[in-house]
Amino acid sequence: MSRQFNMRSLILSTGTTIILPLLLLFSLFLLLRGHNEPGGGFIGGLVAAAAIALKLFADDYPSAKSLLRVHPLQIVGVGLAIAALSSLPSLFVGENFFTAQWWTLYLPIFGPLKLSTPLFFDIGVYLCVIGTVLTAIFTLVEAEH
Amino acid sequence: MDMSVLIALPVIIPLIVGALSLVVLKNHGAQRLLGILGTGAVLIAAILLLWQTRLNGIKVLEVGSWPAPFGIVLVSDLLGAIMVLLAAITGFATAIYSLKTVRKRFERFGYYPLLHLLLAGVNGAFLTGDIFNLYVWFEVLLVASFALLIQGGERAQMEGAIKYVTLNLLSSALFLTAIGLLYGMVGSLNMADIAVRLTAVEDPKMVTLIAMLFLIAFSIKAAAFPLFFWLPASYHTPQVAVSAIFAGLLTKVGVYALYRVFSLMFTAEVDFTHQVILWMAVFTMLTGVLGAASQFEVRRILSFHIVSQIGYMMLALALFTPLALIGGVFYIMHHIIVKANLFFIAGMMYRLGGSFELKELGGLYKKHPGLAVLFLIPAFSLAGVPPLSGFFAKFILIKAGVEAEAWWAVAVALFVGLFTLFSMIKIWNEAFWKKAPEPAIEIPAPVRNKALYWTTGILASMTIAIGLFAQPIYVLAEMAANQLLNPQLYIDAVLGGGKL
Repeated sequence: MSRQFNMRSLILSTGTTIILPLLLLFSLFLLLRGHNEPGGGFIGGLVAAAAIALKLFADDYPSAKSLLRVHPLQIVGVGLAIAALSSLPSLFVGENFFTAQWWTLYLPIFGPLKLSTPLFFDIGVYLCVIGTVLTAIFTLVEAEH
Repeated sequence: MDMSVLIALPVIIPLIVGALSLVVLKNHGAQRLLGILGTGAVLIAAILLLWQTRLNGIKVLEVGSWPAPFGIVLVSDLLGAIMVLLAAITGFATAIYSLKTVRKRFERFGYYPLLHLLLAGVNGAFLTGDIFNLYVWFEVLLVASFALLIQGGERAQMEGAIKYVTLNLLSSALFLTAIGLLYGMVGSLNMADIAVRLTAVEDPKMVTLIAMLFLIAFSIKAAAFPLFFWLPASYHTPQVAVSAIFAGLLTKVGVYALYRVFSLMFTAEVDFTHQVILWMAVFTMLTGVLGAASQFEVRRILSFHIVSQIGYMMLALALFTPLALIGGVFYIMHHIIVKANLFFIAGMMYRLGGSFELKELGGLYKKHPGLAVLFLIPAFSLAGVPPLSGFFAKFILIKAGVEAEAWWAVAVALFVGLFTLFSMIKIWNEAFWKKAPEPAIEIPAPVRNKALYWTTGILASMTIAIGLFAQPIYVLAEMAANQLLNPQLYIDAVLGGGKL
């Protein structure tokens, strides 16, 4: 296993421990920014998947896998479920299926926080992309073993 | 909350349930439970939808409140609602059948999530009122079917899958090209809106050209002559539950799309377009049934018969008279149930007789008379023996052919019916009647499997019921055909503000 990657770099490995959380934070930033500006669930998900792939290259497969805790396909499932369920809230206010709903929460310090069904749909996309990309990468790694 | 949400349920339920069953991928029990509950819920939703559509006429849902023709609409006319109900019946039966037949290995590789995704794609295709959205649903169901087709990874499966994937991708490319040309011409993707705008187009030759592109694209998916060979090459390779749902539903999505497009949008040059469909139908019937005659593997025989039956459905569209369309809708209703059931029974023959090859089968009648009776019902119905469902389907269609004086088509349809009977009797003789050959390998004593008998038994009783209570079914088909022949009803429902 991973005989080609035996040139494990201490610099990359150490760097990753710092970069990984930053990348994950950045992916969340992209996800939340996406509604009105460039960004969104798809690109955020790609960045998050890239972060975990970086862990895979810097360390090894087991450590990257343990970072996830669950099978990546299950993440796809959760994402799909969130995205599909985000079509339903409009029904409870008597509007057409899949109509976007917006709620504004007033938080004490941060001010107004806008929540919406498109946001939940985007979170679903985010999780789907992470899961799909990592399923592909992990399958390739497993095939190599 | 009004009832329009009903239109979305057959699509959204399988998507949500499929996603959940992906979450519990490692828990086989939960996956199976979700399989039954999910398909059962779709079945209930489909029954309600058909009931509501029959009572209140065409129902329209503007998804996300974007008004037609700008947003995507889901439309449930009678044809669409009938197709959804048939898909739901097949899906539910497949879920029950899968409980006992699908191996754990396949369950781990996502059999159930793919099944739900397939159903979502099929139902979406039946309900959408937007031509590009139709393309998207086609892709959804194709992706799911690709994955289901190769589960197991055997050589024959790969060989079949290559043909299946190549031909279907070609068809998708043609479909997309046709959509692009159509959009360039009329500037709309909403099917009702396109129908309105096409009447104002000055270049009828271009419209017919686009119509032909749609015809080729959909006839590949429907496995019509001449591009049908991907079907008999691939449908016998996956596990039986998958074969059955493919056989019941997938080609019929192509047929449905032909019905929709050539009754709503491309009716300007009926003399030409429907004449082409007529000849395709005739050759589809013939090649299918002749192909079946040369086969000795149960599933391959049945696969070729799918092709020949598609010919009948296209014949109905080609004649394009009220009676013919009634026959066509009736035929689809009869065919989906019978065909899925025959594949289920082929699976049981394999379990009990140890083979799909007619040469290696035998003596099933003596050992399993119940299975023999269960086989005879759909088999004779497929051939058109009264009083089963297939008799009335063929009778209406042939009567329509006589009225339209399409003698060649009538002659071929009758001949093909006879040959279908020949094929079914071949299976009966070889698998059930003749003495069992000396088994080379000892077949392990099969567990008596009530779930399988129940599934096929209920489907067989539906076949009988459609035959015995043909009148209400006929009336339903008549209403559906009436909507197809009066596209203005559809157009008004979609463009009239979407209010119910």
